[in-house]
Amino acid sequence: MTPETLAPAKVAAPRPSHQKRRARAAETRAGYGFLTPWLIGFFLLTVGPMAASLYLSFTDYDLFGAPEFIGLENYQNLFDDPRFRQSVVVTVTYVVIGTPIKLAASLAVAMLLNAKRKGLGFYRSAFYAPSLIAASVSVAIVWKAMFIDDGIVDQVLSLFGIRLGGWVGNPDMTMPMFVLLAVWAFGAPMVIFLAGLKQVPQELYEAAEMDGAGKTRKFINITLPMLSPVIFFNLLMETIGAFQIFGSAFIISGGTGGPAGSTLFYTLYLYIRGFTDFKMGYASAMAWLLVIVVGIITVIFFRTSRSWVHYAGDSK
Amino acid sequence: MSTDTVAPTRMSAEDSARLRQTNKRRSRVGSVAYHVLMIALACVVLYPALWMLMSSLKPSSDIVGNVSLIPENGSLQNYITALDGIGGVSTLTFFQNSLIVAVLSVIGVVLSASVSAYAFSRVKFPGRNLFFSMMVATLLLPFHVVIIPQYIVFNNLDMVNTYWPLLLPKFLATDAFFVFLMVQFMRGLPIELDEAARIDGAGHVRIFSSIVLPLMKPSLITASIFTFIWTWNDFLGPLLYLKQPDLYTLPIALRLFVDQTTVSDYGAQMAMAVLALLPVMLFFFIFQRYLVDGVSTSGLKG
Repeated sequence: MTPETLAPAKVAAPRPSHQKRRARAAETRAGYGFLTPWLIGFFLLTVGPMAASLYLSFTDYDLFGAPEFIGLENYQNLFDDPRFRQSVVVTVTYVVIGTPIKLAASLAVAMLLNAKRKGLGFYRSAFYAPSLIAASVSVAIVWKAMFIDDGIVDQVLSLFGIRLGGWVGNPDMTMPMFVLLAVWAFGAPMVIFLAGLKQVPQELYEAAEMDGAGKTRKFINITLPMLSPVIFFNLLMETIGAFQIFGSAFIISGGTGGPAGSTLFYTLYLYIRGFTDFKMGYASAMAWLLVIVVGIITVIFFRTSRSWVHYAGDSK
Repeated sequence: MSTDTVAPTRMSAEDSARLRQTNKRRSRVGSVAYHVLMIALACVVLYPALWMLMSSLKPSSDIVGNVSLIPENGSLQNYITALDGIGGVSTLTFFQNSLIVAVLSVIGVVLSASVSAYAFSRVKFPGRNLFFSMMVATLLLPFHVVIIPQYIVFNNLDMVNTYWPLLLPKFLATDAFFVFLMVQFMRGLPIELDEAARIDGAGHVRIFSSIVLPLMKPSLITASIFTFIWTWNDFLGPLLYLKQPDLYTLPIALRLFVDQTTVSDYGAQMAMAVLALLPVMLFFFIFQRYLVDGVSTSGLKG
């Protein structure tokens, strides 16, 4: 996009006429005019606050007094804070376990839906629906009610002789409960996978069949490589999204991150530090650490993508 | 499979007829198995939502641990309790608050994202590509890095307990997803339309308002639906900025309701949970096509 749009300016006559220069100035004015809302939002609500939180992360600030500069103390304290370490462990566990399961489920169902059969529209809508509401307070309340002691999950499992009791109050079972909630929202990446699957040229499969390739071979040698840009997109977005889980954790744990810190997700702890304990500097340090980690993950994803993401042909 | 289709040429007519019949039968069995599997999966996936809906019609004592969806003696009593609201504020007020915030957010996003997208895709000016890549970068930026300074600023401006902190970002195109969605859509519109209009003496404002805007209706609808659903479900924003119950939107009212009702009143909690999702469900049934298309073409999340 960049080279083509810039090229004509260079090719244009060496000395643009007065009229042309005026037209270009008008064009620039129009551009910035249309972009004004975004520019204000970008600088006042994104760049400015980012700079401010970077500064605050080096201060001790409780919202009422003036911020007091303390250098790297917040960052040093983070690593001595067992609750912070707990929140990192909880969040990383959730991201590392939940995201692959969610993506595998969404790819599997997308492949089932990529067929020529009746009723596909209905199934697609039914599977997609939960992802619209999974992050809502309503669903968090339902989830909590389903997974408490003697709740329906407990009842159904005990039919099979599995007696786990309530998941909500059991520090070992809260993570599976949150992973299930994440997996339940498999519909959004599924729809994206499905759109990707429809783009895979049918001839590739036919050619592979001629060569006697079985289903597994076709999946590994055709489906996965052809789908790799979509897999990359879903993996990146779902991973970054998973780091930011907040509402469900807040509701299910009653805003505490309990039991025994097992639902103390990163953003929940950030909220507690900032808006319950009024440690705004500390919370800002946490926020920046999250930005840095997400940034590093994004870079790693893009770097490694060169070796496993295949873009068909040379289109764009 | 390929050998089956080649074989009949070497077989008698009788044999091939029999084979065709078994093939047909086999594919019918396959089709039945497929639909059984998919319906079973759909039941599992939809069960939590159905359970919530059905539980809201049951007496509280009959909810926890009751796997059955059919209420034995269903009543709307829970909804009467839920509509009473909490903290002296009727649930209808929460509904109204949520509606105000969601509708104004939709207006804000449609206005601000469409003009920004026009600048990014239809006007040539120095700095455009730089800003565009910055806009794309904000797609990946964790929102939490800005909430503390934003809170401090809005607090100093005495805007806590108003809807400004929730609405202002919408009118300033901070939802990069929608700007991106509209840029993608606008790039698909033929540039010849603009050129023809320019020859007729139309400026950018005219081209935007009378040519581009009407043509981008599908992307405006997609952005509107998602904005409505996201702001309707938003929890963190209202949690930070709304401290007075009469200003509460439904998600935080629901949280207060759950915290304050006696633990055992699951019926009323479920009824309130259903009420809080009602518009989202309605939107889903009406606009399924736009939602699914929006997700598959632009990678918008649910």
